[in-house]
Amino acid sequence: MTSTERWIEGGKTPAHVTRDIMRPLEGGVGLPWWAAFCAALTLLGAGAAAVAYTLTKGIGTWGLNRTVGWAFDITNFVFWIGIGHAGTLISAILFLFRQKWRTSVNRSAEAMTLFAVMCAGIFPLIHMGRPWLAFWVLPYPNTRGPLWLNFNSPLLWDVFAISTYFIISLVFWYLGLIPDLATMRDRASGLRRRIFSALSLGWDGSTRTWLHYESVYLLLAGLATPLVVSVHTIVSFDFATSVIPGWHTTIFPPYFVAGAIFSGMSMVLTLMILARKLARLEDYITVKHIDAMCKLVLTTSLMVGTAYATEFFVAWYSGNPYERFVFLNRALGPMAWAYWIMVVCNVVLPQILWWPNVRRNMAAVFGLSLLVNVGMWFERFVIIVTSLHRDYLPSSWASYRPTIIEVATLAGSFGLFFTCFLLFCRFLPMIAIAEVKGVLVPEEIV
Amino acid sequence: MNRRLFLASFAREADVIRAVRGIRGMGCRVVDVYTPYPVHGLDEAMGLTPSRLPVVCFGLGALGAVSAFFFQSWVATIDWPLHIGGKPLFAWPSFIPITFELMVLFAGVGTVGALLVSRGLLPWKTPLLPLPGATDDRFVVAVDREDALFDAEAITELCRGCGVLEIDARAEAAS
Repeated sequence: MTSTERWIEGGKTPAHVTRDIMRPLEGGVGLPWWAAFCAALTLLGAGAAAVAYTLTKGIGTWGLNRTVGWAFDITNFVFWIGIGHAGTLISAILFLFRQKWRTSVNRSAEAMTLFAVMCAGIFPLIHMGRPWLAFWVLPYPNTRGPLWLNFNSPLLWDVFAISTYFIISLVFWYLGLIPDLATMRDRASGLRRRIFSALSLGWDGSTRTWLHYESVYLLLAGLATPLVVSVHTIVSFDFATSVIPGWHTTIFPPYFVAGAIFSGMSMVLTLMILARKLARLEDYITVKHIDAMCKLVLTTSLMVGTAYATEFFVAWYSGNPYERFVFLNRALGPMAWAYWIMVVCNVVLPQILWWPNVRRNMAAVFGLSLLVNVGMWFERFVIIVTSLHRDYLPSSWASYRPTIIEVATLAGSFGLFFTCFLLFCRFLPMIAIAEVKGVLVPEEIV
Repeated sequence: MNRRLFLASFAREADVIRAVRGIRGMGCRVVDVYTPYPVHGLDEAMGLTPSRLPVVCFGLGALGAVSAFFFQSWVATIDWPLHIGGKPLFAWPSFIPITFELMVLFAGVGTVGALLVSRGLLPWKTPLLPLPGATDDRFVVAVDREDALFDAEAITELCRGCGVLEIDARAEAAS
């Protein structure tokens, strides 16, 4: 299998790859890292305080009311789960499609997935009210009957989908890390060497092991591909299987999956544009990589835009007055501002990516990637809150505004995400060293 | 007892493939080749058979799916039947999501576990050989010195012809 396409610049040899990618791990970290780390820890602290307050006082500290029973925290949950979809897209789906550019970004994207799923998991947990009984969501023989779970409930499917997704993503990420951990072991000494020796499981690069390793990697990619689609499909079932106008629609599974990939790729772009600059990895994460990811963002933006239009068409075509009302209320009602932020950020602005010059302009792509994430957060907010706040019974109509506790919890989840990501950048190779070596321009095999 | 090996390191994947073909052509056994990344074509040159782990993966996936489906069916129909608006107890379509998730979970985690155990990749293990650079930029061929057909001079000559960087004719693998 020879390909002449060059993804890594600067005429690198395998030895250069090892040296360049290990540089940020073996030398000290610079001031920007410490500044970012302190900022992330501050946010994390604020979030921890908000969660502690919620746990002691109860979720009455939030802005929820009898009409709007799901709002900020479920928005955050769906937002983070969506972010967590790009990692597996890049590592599994692009692997099956033989997209070699994935090797420069898959490691960071997989790490991002793990941290995003951790952030997502916090929200349903604290929403339970009595999170110390969270283990009741697992089917284990218990002294309450045994009282089993209701396997007809999409919320329970969610528990299985998200925990499976987290475990499989973790296993996939670790499997990819083993050869690189061995590289780190062989360059380290003292305590570091002992730690990496245990983590790398005695890896020696044997071809017999590589043969099985590649086979398992392919199998995991094949398993993770339907898994990534299933996770956001099941998240969308939380809404689609209810009878709330605006939620009860069959378009939700593909619409949510496209949205998840859209927001996840944008977050990957945000992080990669920063990382390539700060860790001096411009030869590995090149303008061509950013360009390829921008095309995926543009494609998924069009899919999401089509879904928004389809929802409106179906609401009108259904002839159902409640359905029609919800959509008119979304676009023109008291929360129309949120709806139009969503449309502008997710559908209108990404159209600038049709121009190759924009896709190759790092500042423009960085700015756009931030706006897409704002837009995608608002998408979930719009779906959840505008569908609930004016229901079938006008006497129970209500509004919703978040409390400072809810805002601090969201800020805290960003703090957790960036704290984990910065630690990852400091202690583990951000780019899959062994995989990048395999896609350096191959010599002719005799 | 330690195993006595002959090690030759190369800098290019094409060279190592040529050397492996040559050594096997002489009738000698190539114990293993240590490389920083998977070299395609090397498994064929070494005459390795494809991995059988896909069979393990299929079996575990089937186990996960079947046990998840039967467990949910048993709970819903026998152990804790819940009557919900007169709907059927054996509502099998709603058991599919969890059946699918557990299929993936069993197959994924189990296959990786099988890989690690079958290849002896465990936290307390260390590489058996001193292999400078095999996780960096070297491709190291290990030949069994106890092989009846082993001829140090002929193999050294062959490796030189393939552009060898370094030869260690007295390596010993801890066993």
